[in-house]
Amino acid sequence: MSDQPILEMRDIKKSFGPVDVLKEVDFRAQAGQVTALVGDNGAGKSTLVKCISGTYAIDGGEYLYEGRPVVVHSPRDASALGIEIVYQDLALCDNLDIVQNMFLGRERVSGLVLDESSMEQAAEETLRSLSVRTVKSVRQRVASLSGGQRQTVAIAKAVLWNSNVVVLDEPTAALGVAQTAQVLSLVRRLADRGLAVVLISHNMTDVLQVADSIAVLYLGQMAAQVDRRDVNQQQLVELITTGRLEGSDIAGITKGAIA
Amino acid sequence: MTSLDDNGTDKPVAPGGASAVGTSPPATVPAPAGTSGTEDRLAAVATSLPVAHSARGYFNLYVQRVRGGEMGSLPAVGGLVGLVILFSAIQPTFRGLYNFGNMLTEGSGPVLLAMGLVFVLLLGEIDLSAGFAGGVCAAVMVRLMVGYNMAWPVSIGAALVTGIVIGLLIGFLRTKVRIPSFVVTLAFFLAFQGVALFIVNNGKGAHGDVRITDNVVLAFENSQMPKWAGWLLAAVLIAGYGYVKLSAQRARRRQGLLGEPTVVLAAKIGGVTVGLLLFVLLLNQNRNVNSTPVATNVNGTITFVRPPAVEGVPWVVLVLVGFFVLWTFVLSRTRYGRHVYAVGGNEEASRRAGIAVDRVRISVFVICSFMAAVGGIMIGSNVAAVSVQNYSGNTLLLAVGAAVIGGTSLFGGKGRVVDALIGGAVVEVIQNGMSNLVQGNNGSSVQYIVTGVVLMLAAAIDALSRRRAGATGLG
Repeated sequence: MSDQPILEMRDIKKSFGPVDVLKEVDFRAQAGQVTALVGDNGAGKSTLVKCISGTYAIDGGEYLYEGRPVVVHSPRDASALGIEIVYQDLALCDNLDIVQNMFLGRERVSGLVLDESSMEQAAEETLRSLSVRTVKSVRQRVASLSGGQRQTVAIAKAVLWNSNVVVLDEPTAALGVAQTAQVLSLVRRLADRGLAVVLISHNMTDVLQVADSIAVLYLGQMAAQVDRRDVNQQQLVELITTGRLEGSDIAGITKGAIA
Repeated sequence: MTSLDDNGTDKPVAPGGASAVGTSPPATVPAPAGTSGTEDRLAAVATSLPVAHSARGYFNLYVQRVRGGEMGSLPAVGGLVGLVILFSAIQPTFRGLYNFGNMLTEGSGPVLLAMGLVFVLLLGEIDLSAGFAGGVCAAVMVRLMVGYNMAWPVSIGAALVTGIVIGLLIGFLRTKVRIPSFVVTLAFFLAFQGVALFIVNNGKGAHGDVRITDNVVLAFENSQMPKWAGWLLAAVLIAGYGYVKLSAQRARRRQGLLGEPTVVLAAKIGGVTVGLLLFVLLLNQNRNVNSTPVATNVNGTITFVRPPAVEGVPWVVLVLVGFFVLWTFVLSRTRYGRHVYAVGGNEEASRRAGIAVDRVRISVFVICSFMAAVGGIMIGSNVAAVSVQNYSGNTLLLAVGAAVIGGTSLFGGKGRVVDALIGGAVVEVIQNGMSNLVQGNNGSSVQYIVTGVVLMLAAAIDALSRRRAGATGLG
């Protein structure tokens, strides 16, 4: 893998009024890797994601995409760069089918008329390329899908647009064991396709199972961004709850433990 | 429904490596290759597009959807057939050809209103002011013609523009000021009644209304097309429907996608053909009830004159068909229509998908008020005058009732333009049948009660089928 991260946030600052939510946070995501973003409630995970997506403007710091500094003011800007966010409350319309949802807002038309068959074919191809075989028909209404299937559709929707970075916000939060495994294997396949996947999760087991690199936020600061191979579950929990690791010499800890 | 990836279950994913994933065989979506197993599996799925390999599979799919709570217009069609049979059996005047034409012209105004309301209902909104908005627009038209001697294109144009402005105003108050549409339109319901009264009182004649004297405006509801024009209309519609259906089928086949079974396709096109030809055939008969010559004084001599024949398709049918085709096309085939459904289904998802939600919301109010103007003009044409009572709350509720009875959901996200036609037919048959049935016997009271009960029934079916759809996972 190349050393240059496709997405890099440097010294990101974000405050709401007097509250500093992000204090000089560094974050990197490599193409072809799953980068987990973990942290306790209120650590700033969601804020960081919203800074990445352009929902929030950053107060300070640098936003680098493929090594170039970029300005992202809105989700549209992020999409234009090739960054797609899959939110926790899935952005799907129950009354539309899978194809209609995957192309929502970016429908293909020939002249005035929607090009249904070409969209249907592209949706099928995308799902096939992700080895998704859990949906029976791409013309199913999303309302009839299970939680795992809905997550799959939401992720496939992000992939459809040839995006390079996919941010997944708690994709397994509401899923059962089998469906979680299914979604995690899809997450893995995304990275294997060469995408940079950012996975936000509360679930340590999931993170350790699928991530290549783990970034730990602690009270608005990046406690560490470490290689998956360098930590075990106990160390990870310690990092999340205290922001530091007793007597550690892990190379990946960038800013050092918070004293 | 929740069948899982049998490869993916419980398979641990190795961190940092593709090994575990790499071992799972390359899987595919069940592509619509003509395997025998596909049909059965498809039959178990509720799809938005009715596609299947065989007529049997198609039928199974349909039954599946209905049982899952996705009944569409089925209850309305059933009710319509039942009501027509009932009223025909007990009432000779109901089943006459004259009454058929009469119901068509009488019901056209509310149906046009209902077409606009479908758009508003699709977003889960309501427009209570549509009736009186139509009244204001019709009053504008008639005042320009009567008071200011404007030509009919100018007057009708002004009425339509008035409708658009009203829609923009409602949309602005709903999206920018963020007043719930129920309140905005309730306020307008009251205010427009006053505005319409003001305009009409300004130039009313002896009857407390303004008579329409323009022949073109009167012709919509009171004149018939030449017979050949009726046949031509039917031919154009049949050809258009066939072309749309067949070209869609060809496009799907070309892409290797599953289409409708040929038998079903043929049945649909055949059904439309027979229905339209029968419709024109019936309307091209002379439906004037007085066909016996009457003694008339012509230039001082008494001669027997046969009353003029009433035959041909009423011109208003052209208006109905035109808007029906236009709005159906807009809703089902264009990007804008897709966005209307999307915003009705999940506003937040639509916003994230980059849809200009506010603009869509304003647009449906504009369409609704515009259609209210069209409907208002037709109602005026039907009674040859604009009088405010013809646009009262009853008119609006019947139009809302028409859309809901036809299968449009009050909860948003579900509905079609054809619902307005089918539901409108049900409402008109009830109104007409009941009024003839109970004439002189406190007629309107019974009429109101029955229509109210039917509306409540339709809303109950809507709510229950929605719950059922939620329970079975079929949207």
